[in-house]
Amino acid sequence: MSILVNHDTRALVQGITGSAGGFHAKQCLAYGTKIVAGVTPGRGGETFEAVGPKGEKILVPVFDTVADAVKQEGANTSLIFVPPPAAALAIVEAGEAGCALVVCITEGIPVLDMLRVRRWLEAQKKTRLIGPNCPGVITPGQCKLGIMPGHIHQVGRVGVVSKSGTLTYEAVGQLSAMNIGQSSCVGIGGDPVAGVDFIDVLSLFNDDPDTDGVVMIGEIGGAAEIKAAEWIKAHMKKPVAAFIAGAAAPPGKRMGHAGAIISGGKGTAKEKTEALLAAGVAVAKTPAEMASTLAPLLKK
Amino acid sequence: MKIHEYQGKEIFARYGVPVPKGVPCFTLDEVEAAAAKLIDETKIPVVVVKAQIHAGGRGKGGGVKLAKGGPKDARDVASKILGMNLVTHQTGPAGQPVRRLYVEQGLAIDREIYLALVVDREARRVAVMASAEGGMDIEEVAAHSPEKIKTIHVDPLFGLTSFQARQLAGFLGLPRHGKATVNEFLKLLSSLYTCFVEEDCSLVEVNPLVITKEGGVVALDAKVNFDDNAEFRHEAAWDALRDVGEEDPVELEAKKAGLSYVSLDGDIGCLVNGAGLAMGTMDIIKAYGGEPANFLDVGGGANKEQVTKAFSMILKSPRVKGIFVNIFGGIMKCDVIAEGVVAATKELGLKVPLVVRLEGTNVELGKKILNESGLAIEAASTMADGAQKIVKAVSR
Repeated sequence: MSILVNHDTRALVQGITGSAGGFHAKQCLAYGTKIVAGVTPGRGGETFEAVGPKGEKILVPVFDTVADAVKQEGANTSLIFVPPPAAALAIVEAGEAGCALVVCITEGIPVLDMLRVRRWLEAQKKTRLIGPNCPGVITPGQCKLGIMPGHIHQVGRVGVVSKSGTLTYEAVGQLSAMNIGQSSCVGIGGDPVAGVDFIDVLSLFNDDPDTDGVVMIGEIGGAAEIKAAEWIKAHMKKPVAAFIAGAAAPPGKRMGHAGAIISGGKGTAKEKTEALLAAGVAVAKTPAEMASTLAPLLKK
Repeated sequence: MKIHEYQGKEIFARYGVPVPKGVPCFTLDEVEAAAAKLIDETKIPVVVVKAQIHAGGRGKGGGVKLAKGGPKDARDVASKILGMNLVTHQTGPAGQPVRRLYVEQGLAIDREIYLALVVDREARRVAVMASAEGGMDIEEVAAHSPEKIKTIHVDPLFGLTSFQARQLAGFLGLPRHGKATVNEFLKLLSSLYTCFVEEDCSLVEVNPLVITKEGGVVALDAKVNFDDNAEFRHEAAWDALRDVGEEDPVELEAKKAGLSYVSLDGDIGCLVNGAGLAMGTMDIIKAYGGEPANFLDVGGGANKEQVTKAFSMILKSPRVKGIFVNIFGGIMKCDVIAEGVVAATKELGLKVPLVVRLEGTNVELGKKILNESGLAIEAASTMADGAQKIVKAVSR
């Protein structure tokens, strides 16, 4: 009843001894996520201490390399909190060590580094990358792999896919307030060049028997939402409600996210909203209406 | 990050990309001396005086002029540009004051070509774009006759290959200028690509690239943007290139404090966590008939000092007639936001309506801090409620 992560996810955390990595590893463990290893080069042999959902003490072994963590603890997924200068190669290390899913939270990776990572991903074809510059992915009640506040989620049957972390929380908060639970919520990140895109995630939700509908949150910049609209029109069997952030943003200004910029008159919220409407997507007029736009489309 | 044309050309020259001789100038005396020197060195009586601002369209705006009558004429021409408020389609109606000039040698130009290297986010490659329609507004060419632009994508495994460069040379009709011209173009393109990668550029645009009457290939313009994310690899070099006079002082102040801020024209100040929610907050204010004064993302992990700084910046803005704080705390804790808001108002006072919507981590603690502060805060239960309340308060 989910996509990407579930009860069987055995995660390792790259950068677990850092402040952000350590803090969020603890939050994930407290949620019940199986974090079986940490990786920090040069810190192999140490132990990371945390508390599980029932208050039990959890000891997580730290390794020097991802390969060691995969071999000794059977990890199949990596969650990355490595600083920007080393983050691109941390992604490659995780993939080469056999992690089928890599979630990179790091914000600020140079775009040329990400072009090389994409080139490697396309040739390697085994690893799925989520992010970078994203909140991660959660399947409520099973596995929280990222920095989202776990308590706002409810187990359920609506998928969420988004470029923005806080707007995802906003959407989830609205859904939960209406008693609409979530199957999985995926933050794909706000960088111009990243791993999975809207179509990859929509396609997974389309094939997931336990997802009934999807909230999709895009923003200004690039054409990913327009491509997604074309894909939805041709393939999507489930209702989709969308919101595009940045209708009030001026052109030529980067709005926080590296990718959120209108350049050459392209990538406006208007253009994306129109493409989605033409594809039969219900577009919320304001970000306060994301859940209420989807709700009437869900089969009772 | 943007830099000036003359700085871009200095970088080009380091990579072996041919550029005209030129001298950056800050005063009219410098202009006169530079013109004399260039005329003497090149034996060409013409110089070009070019305004240096971080925006395109300078020629059309009157910021680029020929001086054919020697150093005194160059001084005359420069006196009309230096200090002018240059308005182009990229500066917006407010324009940008000209504080620096670039005086450059004249060239006998045969043809003008458009050339650009850019990160193509859809193709996930560096794209090289070329068009025989040089000197034109390329966006117009792209809109009206896209067949006049050829784009190739570079595989990072191989870099820009010679066969790709030859394809572009053929498309641009360079073979008719002779083998030497083609070879110069191939070398220039290869150097530009190396420059793009090694300097962590997000855009390198040469408009125009010129073929001289002698068959030479020269970069007559240089627009270079850097990828901000790569600053850690170039810190000292980029610090030296940065012209703070070209940047919005408020945005610069925010950047120093680790905040993401963009000034807008409206009167409702916004303090939000997360780029998406910050954009969404602007959108919803507009949807309810208000106008946002700024985009401000305090980020996911801001501390009390950063929030205080952020809120102070909004309080100090003379345009702001009301403030909307919209927080969905994930990593960001609501009590940290509340402490920052209280600290900033203690110092600066609160003279405009303030609407606060807090949600998420430590929300009860955050609300308690605000309640006990005695500030005149209107609480909002949701984002929509908050947006409506602040729009109403400002229109009173």
